[in-house]
Amino acid sequence: MADAAVTSAPSTGKRRRKVDPDGLLPSPYSAGNALKRGDLVTRLSFLVFGLGNLVRRQVVKGLIFLACEVGIIAYLATTGQQYLSKLPSLGTSAQTKVKVDGFWVYQKGDNSVQILLYGVMALFVVVFLIILAILSGRSAYKAQMVMSQGKKPASFMQDLRSLGNENAAVGLMFLPTAGIVVFTVLPLVFMISMAFTSYDKDHIVLFKWVGLQNFGKIFSSTSGDINGGLFLSVLTWSLVWAFFATFLNFFLGMFMAMIINRKTTRFKGFWRTCFSMSVAVPQFVSLLVMNTMLQHDGAINRLLVNSGLVSGPLPFLTDATWARVTVIVINLWVGIPFTIMQVTGILQNVPADLYEAAILDGANWWQRYMNVTMPYIMFILTPYLITTFTGNINNFNVIYLLSGGGPTPVGSSAGKTDLLITWLYKLTVDKSQYNIGAVVGIMTFIVLAIISLITYRSSGSYKNEEAFND
Amino acid sequence: MTKATSVSAQSQAVQSSGHVSFWHDQHKRRILADAVTYVFLTVMAIIWLTPIVWVFMESFNKDTSPYQATFFPREYTLNNFKQLFAERDVMNFPRMFANTFFIACCSCIISLFLLLCVAFCMSRLRFRGRRTFMNINLILGMFPGIMSVVAIYFILKSFGLTSGRFVILALILVYSAGAGAGFYVMKGYMDTIPKSLDEAAYLDGCTRWQVFFKIVLPLCKPMIVYQAISSFLAPWLDFVMVKAIARTQDNYTVALGLWQMLQKEYINQWYARFAAGAVCVSIPIAILFIIMQRFYQESVASGSVKG
Repeated sequence: MADAAVTSAPSTGKRRRKVDPDGLLPSPYSAGNALKRGDLVTRLSFLVFGLGNLVRRQVVKGLIFLACEVGIIAYLATTGQQYLSKLPSLGTSAQTKVKVDGFWVYQKGDNSVQILLYGVMALFVVVFLIILAILSGRSAYKAQMVMSQGKKPASFMQDLRSLGNENAAVGLMFLPTAGIVVFTVLPLVFMISMAFTSYDKDHIVLFKWVGLQNFGKIFSSTSGDINGGLFLSVLTWSLVWAFFATFLNFFLGMFMAMIINRKTTRFKGFWRTCFSMSVAVPQFVSLLVMNTMLQHDGAINRLLVNSGLVSGPLPFLTDATWARVTVIVINLWVGIPFTIMQVTGILQNVPADLYEAAILDGANWWQRYMNVTMPYIMFILTPYLITTFTGNINNFNVIYLLSGGGPTPVGSSAGKTDLLITWLYKLTVDKSQYNIGAVVGIMTFIVLAIISLITYRSSGSYKNEEAFND
Repeated sequence: MTKATSVSAQSQAVQSSGHVSFWHDQHKRRILADAVTYVFLTVMAIIWLTPIVWVFMESFNKDTSPYQATFFPREYTLNNFKQLFAERDVMNFPRMFANTFFIACCSCIISLFLLLCVAFCMSRLRFRGRRTFMNINLILGMFPGIMSVVAIYFILKSFGLTSGRFVILALILVYSAGAGAGFYVMKGYMDTIPKSLDEAAYLDGCTRWQVFFKIVLPLCKPMIVYQAISSFLAPWLDFVMVKAIARTQDNYTVALGLWQMLQKEYINQWYARFAAGAVCVSIPIAILFIIMQRFYQESVASGSVKG
């Protein structure tokens, strides 16, 4: 693919459109070409959508374009414009009381959340309008070119049918993309923009843009609800947790899978079933049960005290260090069965001739393990380990259901076992500190992006994709 | 094959066991290793099964208070299950169960459809913007999903979907609308199906839709089963979203309901019934999971290498 890009690079120095990474040539019906070489009708189609189609007897298509334009502009002119104009200030007028005919009447003030949300939505609609303009211009240009070659432009039915064949990607991707835009992209943009506002529990109705002030707060050294020290300690614990949760699970799980997989171990299926039972129980059930079992008066402490092993109840979830070790250990209970299932599948696929060759060369079991088994497993599982690592930084369930982030020091917004993600959840849902929550979210994103970039680029399966594929 | 090799190893060991020391006697060493293995596996199996057995026993406990003097209950009864389904005034468990089932069925169908469309396009078709879509999707995936919980609530509220029975619709939308973004495993699987099949079909005059429905989908059946079950389970297992969106108990799903039973104001009366509810929820999921297990291994092996 890199070669394709190099060979197609312009030798004359003339600027050309980039070739797609898949090696597809740029479309001849680009918006740029339409503006440069199109006739008047085509150029006007950028302003009056569908004009080119209407003139060239693609009536239905032209009307659909036109209807979309009219609808969008009507929306923008009425509600959209109102929110867009307030977006820079996020609203100024508070709720007021006015005396009308001797009665006090409440006049609705501005609601900043509403303005921000509808403002962002209106921005999306504007982007959609621009995309539609480009589509309209390109479609008009295409119709013009087809006509100039003496052919008939595609009829509406032909266009519809092409959605099932040449343009299948458009037809198939439309709904999923719409879903992703509305329920993933839009909320993200909305939340990210909150990081730059003063939206917290003191400014629920009216708030304003404050720039990078919230980022300053989270790195500040002053003692308060939220400060740099707290952020650093949560971040460090998140990374430590993710490290142990990922690698202890992986190595212990692999160890157990290999023990079950030994040649002379009998009842392999039985052992595997024992361990996969815990996978079958939903996490929220098993973790909540663990939580009650580990309480001060819970079943585990009862068992230990009754059997005389300890003199008093152990502080599983109430002492900071105990709680941190406990969540890591309980996570082993949750995670090892998954690893066993995966490693078992992979172990059975290691090419047998590699082992035979190793045995002929006189390798002992440790050498066979280090030079045959490990490289093979690591090759397949490295991308998976990276996603598990990032997934563990985001492992909301284990922490929230098991320890609830606690023990939490008095006056602190994050507990000793809180990860960035549970801290973010507590800040937004429990404490209504939406702006700081959004900042924590953005910081989490940055951490995740850096980790996955570094590890993925230096992993074997990225550098050497074909190692085991011949 | 395993048996044959072990037998030959044993006979070798028997032949050579003349005057060798213990550590050089392969036969004895193997027996010792086996013994250690079985002890280790038994201990581990007990550790893994204890909490599960404990909930199961607890669900039949006659004493309904949360903290007991003994590890396992002393007296057993079926009352907890009866109460769970009969006493509906405080917590309507059957209602929650029905809600969850309905949401799960709907979002399973919708998200499967969206996911298959995207996976097919990404794997089989080459069009401009394909790489861009995949890269943007990768970056979007790095934002913590919980970040958007509040935003999604506001968006649903602006559509008027956060009150009354509309909440069910809202939850279906939330669980299924973004499903297209999770296409990676499915795409990895589709990548393993030879492209020559498609090309032959195109030569025979098939359209891309026909290739999608008649060739690729039937070949993807194992992975479709896996994806269907996992998108069916998503609403059962999730409680973050419901907690933010479902404000009244009428619209709770089982996950949120069971969580609620363990909160301070309920735990003293509801603890045993929580255990009964947990058993009711776990059994169908366990069955689904056992079906899914086969495809799970495949998904890791195929989805992770092909990207």
